[in-house]
Amino acid sequence: MSAEGKAIRPAATGYIGQPVPRPNARRLLEGRGRYTDDMVLNRMLHVAFVRSPYAHARILAIDTEAARAVPGVAAVVTGRDIAEICQPWVGVLGHFPGLKSAPQYPLAVERSCWQGEPVVAIAAETRAIAEDACEKVLVEWEELPAVVDMQTALAPETPVIHEELGDNLAFGLELKAGSPEDAFAKTAVVVEETFSFGRHTGVTLEPRSLIADFEPGERRLTVHHATQTPYQMQDVYARHFGLDEEKVRVVAPDVGGSFGLKLHVYGEEMATCALSILLGRPVKFVADRLESFLTDIHARDHQVRARMAVSAEGEILAMDVEDVTGIGPYSVYPRTSAVEGNQAIRLMGGPYRMPNYHGVLKVVFQNKTPTCQYRAVGHPIACGVTEGLVDMAARRLNLDPLEIRRRNVVTAEMYPHTSPTGYFFERLSHEECIAKIEAMMNYSSLREEQARLREQGIYRGIGFATFIEITNPGPAFYGVGGARVSSQDGCVMKLEPSGRVRCSVSVTEQGQGTETVMAQIAATHLGVKLDSVTVLTGDTQATPYGGATWASRGAGIGGMTVLRAAQALRGKLLELAGIILQRGPETLDLREGVIVEADTGMARMDLAELGRIAYFRPDTLPPDFHPDLTVARHYVPQGLPFAFTNGIQASHLELDPETGLVRLLDHWVVEDCGTILNPLLVDEQVRGGVVQGLGAALFEECLYNEAGQMINGSLADYLLPMASEMPDIHVDHVSTPTQFTPLGAKGVGEAGTAGAAAAVMNAVNDALAPFQVSLAQMPFTPERILRALGKIPSS
Amino acid sequence: MKASAFDYARVESLEEVFALFAEYGDEARIIAGGQTLVPAMAMRVAAPALLIDISRLEALQGIARNGDRLRIGAFTRYVELQHSPLVAEAAPLLHRAIPLIAHEAIRSRGTFGGSLANADPASEMPACALALEAVMVIANAEGERRVAAADFFQGLYQTALEPGDVLVAVEIPVAQDGMQGVIEELVRRQGDYAMVGLAATGKAANGMLSGPRFVFFGVGDRPVLATKAAEALADGPISPEHIAEAQAALAQDFTPLGDIHCSPATKAHLARVLLGRVVSRLLEHR
Ligand SMILES: Cc1cc2nc3c(=O)[nH]c(=O)nc-3n(C[C@H](O)[C@H](O)[C@H](O)COP(=O)(O)OP(=O)(O)OC[C@H]3O[C@@H](n4cnc5c(N)ncnc54)[C@H](O)[C@@H]3O)c2cc1C
Repeated sequence: MSAEGKAIRPAATGYIGQPVPRPNARRLLEGRGRYTDDMVLNRMLHVAFVRSPYAHARILAIDTEAARAVPGVAAVVTGRDIAEICQPWVGVLGHFPGLKSAPQYPLAVERSCWQGEPVVAIAAETRAIAEDACEKVLVEWEELPAVVDMQTALAPETPVIHEELGDNLAFGLELKAGSPEDAFAKTAVVVEETFSFGRHTGVTLEPRSLIADFEPGERRLTVHHATQTPYQMQDVYARHFGLDEEKVRVVAPDVGGSFGLKLHVYGEEMATCALSILLGRPVKFVADRLESFLTDIHARDHQVRARMAVSAEGEILAMDVEDVTGIGPYSVYPRTSAVEGNQAIRLMGGPYRMPNYHGVLKVVFQNKTPTCQYRAVGHPIACGVTEGLVDMAARRLNLDPLEIRRRNVVTAEMYPHTSPTGYFFERLSHEECIAKIEAMMNYSSLREEQARLREQGIYRGIGFATFIEITNPGPAFYGVGGARVSSQDGCVMKLEPSGRVRCSVSVTEQGQGTETVMAQIAATHLGVKLDSVTVLTGDTQATPYGGATWASRGAGIGGMTVLRAAQALRGKLLELAGIILQRGPETLDLREGVIVEADTGMARMDLAELGRIAYFRPDTLPPDFHPDLTVARHYVPQGLPFAFTNGIQASHLELDPETGLVRLLDHWVVEDCGTILNPLLVDEQVRGGVVQGLGAALFEECLYNEAGQMINGSLADYLLPMASEMPDIHVDHVSTPTQFTPLGAKGVGEAGTAGAAAAVMNAVNDALAPFQVSLAQMPFTPERILRALGKIPSS
Repeated sequence: MKASAFDYARVESLEEVFALFAEYGDEARIIAGGQTLVPAMAMRVAAPALLIDISRLEALQGIARNGDRLRIGAFTRYVELQHSPLVAEAAPLLHRAIPLIAHEAIRSRGTFGGSLANADPASEMPACALALEAVMVIANAEGERRVAAADFFQGLYQTALEPGDVLVAVEIPVAQDGMQGVIEELVRRQGDYAMVGLAATGKAANGMLSGPRFVFFGVGDRPVLATKAAEALADGPISPEHIAEAQAALAQDFTPLGDIHCSPATKAHLARVLLGRVVSRLLEHR
């Protein structure tokens, strides 16, 4: 397929590609953000939850008597009370055949299935009073055996968490391409390893929060909600509470980070809405940090047995992987918890020409916090396994790690290209990225320095990770499976009488700069100054319907809605100007907010004048001419199910073999997100993503004991990457615009997270190479490193 | 989480404190910098009925030198300790330890006395107090008494403080000529509680160490003075063999307790590594 003919690129790039700072950054830094928790409504109540202290337990009785008696308490409700007004949900989708899960209720009804699951909700005048009352609730529990270890979740002697489902297998999948058996039988070199990816979580700066405000007269529910996906939540609230969809309004004020965790359906949110409906009063829930650790979705938690067949020349012939992942007791609604595993086994080997592949996925239930989509869904797993094996092969064959990658990546002349797992790549730029990072990091002198320092007993490591990223997903992602998750988006753009432009878009902002990018595109394609564009997001009552922000789709898809709307509005403005100036609209142009003669550039009138005439003196226009100064346009992703991006990362670190401590020295990223709409924001997306990947590599892990209790659920014990441990992160780009949109932009939100941990793993193992040991269990803690080195006995 | 309701009294004299303790008994709690107590209350691990704010108590303030003793008021904030030239000169170990505690925001509120009274075995201040042979000055309605650091720390968050007691000040022998103070800790992130830490004092001359005190923290239920390790370094110039012997002797000084991130074996190994590094630093006068 040749996409060449489809290129429709504006001649002038306008604000596209300029490092425009986010106007909202200053406001937020000055503390003038307005987050959900900043809002106070009349007669508002606060909710707190009694939670299960056990990983798995039957509820025998709940005594709420004393709690109800606490002054200031408005309501104490149990799972049964709420089940009467809220339909339970089941996190399955049609395009994951065989995926199963059990009905889930806002509050546990008969059993709790993870430690921290909400059991009783109490609404009171203050959060402190609600917590006082929580202490007075008596729940009689019968502790049940907990399924903790995912490796034994499917063993016959392990109890089944949901008896009606038959076993603890939520989802299984087997993929095969080419003839992997032959490849493994005939090849010179087979490398093999079991990789473990610790369970971790998102940790947004602003915790999950909402205020549900039900007005009984008209049965209207307004939810002020720190969410990524207002329309998805509108749909969920309407259907599960039996409300008219148009009477449910979801408004997202400033949202302080999301990373995927603010688009899932949580029991607390549903219970908060239920309380508002029951009481007819606004009810606020703001998760505290301890609640966040136990109830925000977790992610990863994969163990992958993997091998790779490589020829004597270092050609990757085949991979064979078995990925087991534990998702907690339920598949999360509405996007399901099959997605991460599904993507992990489909992304394996993605950057390479590898012709043969066999992948098995087992997604199992366990009694831990549910896992679901978190930034870079599945990518760090696939990247870690693939890149880990590639480095093992390189070491075995005595090849330089960059050289073996150069020999295997899909090359320029091969595009368009389909991976063995069926992913379609329009055009990627692996070779250019490799060349660029090699120069950028001064690779050869870094290796020389490494060799020199080793003689002095200083152990430095250099590690690479080539990666691909799924961005701009279309309806194939959720819609085809029956999820009411929109993959199209929309923009409404209007000229204000002042000559300024207001646009409301369905994609949303959580701090990444969506609104800035939308304004850049609007200003560019309309022909106005950037500061005359205001962008509104996050309100189902004021923006067009759309999927919003997830899976690195905001700029690529949302941007197209704005581009289309801007082009349409521009046509309308020129038409109107032509009538006023009595000239053909084709002889006019709109530049920096001024109507000019197209050929001479001479200014004729500004948009304020246009607005004045259109809105206040339409009597001066010809009869039956009705200026349309508001336009709406939508955009459906075209051409491919996803737009793939690619890149390479490198980590440079120093490992202390006496203490097992790792110091990150530098990190480099070269990535290709197509057209770079705003280099400032793109680089910050990459850096932020890298930091989360570095967290996975060295620090972050949800630790559980044998009873299924999370033992480090606080910011003191769950180690987040902090500024002082972060290396300088150097970012550069190759730009291969997608030909499927005139914008040419692909996504960039997850690139950093996709490859950072794998690069660190390879660097750690490079540093450990002189000791003939290696590690494949993330995070690489001092204890794990010391154990690998034999400094302490293995447990 | 939100703290449960409590009363609050900001006192102007020690007598007031004693009166409030008499009235509320162990329902009353002193609040100093609040950097441990407030999070504990927010998490409802602590729920005192009354907070006694001692920030205005004259008797608990100030850093002064009286002859061969340095007296540090219990309510001295970390940030004041750090910037005090007196402390830098008379107790270099303390001066070096402060930057290892948490982060700037916490150091500008947290207090020396609060940390000692809290007796977290992973904290820097109790270990320094023990290494420096500090003496705690304690007052209650009955009067004042002095307790040596070695007797003060009695277990996990356990001290010689009885209900109704106030830690008023800490007295530290002024560092004699050539007395070094070195502190090192192994942390995964700057500002974290140490996986293992070591506060040490000693005089180095001609490759020998005299009177070294090695106090480990983050290894047990309280700061631990490693006497056997010190003995192994006692005679003659210190050789690598001496250091190895001292490292081996640590096994007799303590068996570390593990925590969620580190097993006892890891801590024992890290303690040996730290000992080697700290002895070298002491010998190098750093
Ligand atoms: C994020 C974070 C990180 C931290 N990291 C570290 C670290 O790395 N190392 C470290 O050592 N500490 C750390 N801390 C704890 C910090 O050092 C505290 O300041 C210290 O432990 C307590 O001092 P405070 O003045 O804040 O005491 P408070 O919290 O006010 O009180 C602590 C306890 O001591 C009692 N108390 C206080 N003063 C007296 C007195 N004069 N007489 C009798 N009883 C008294 C109180 O009743 C209370 O029980 C950290 C704290 C935080 C929040």
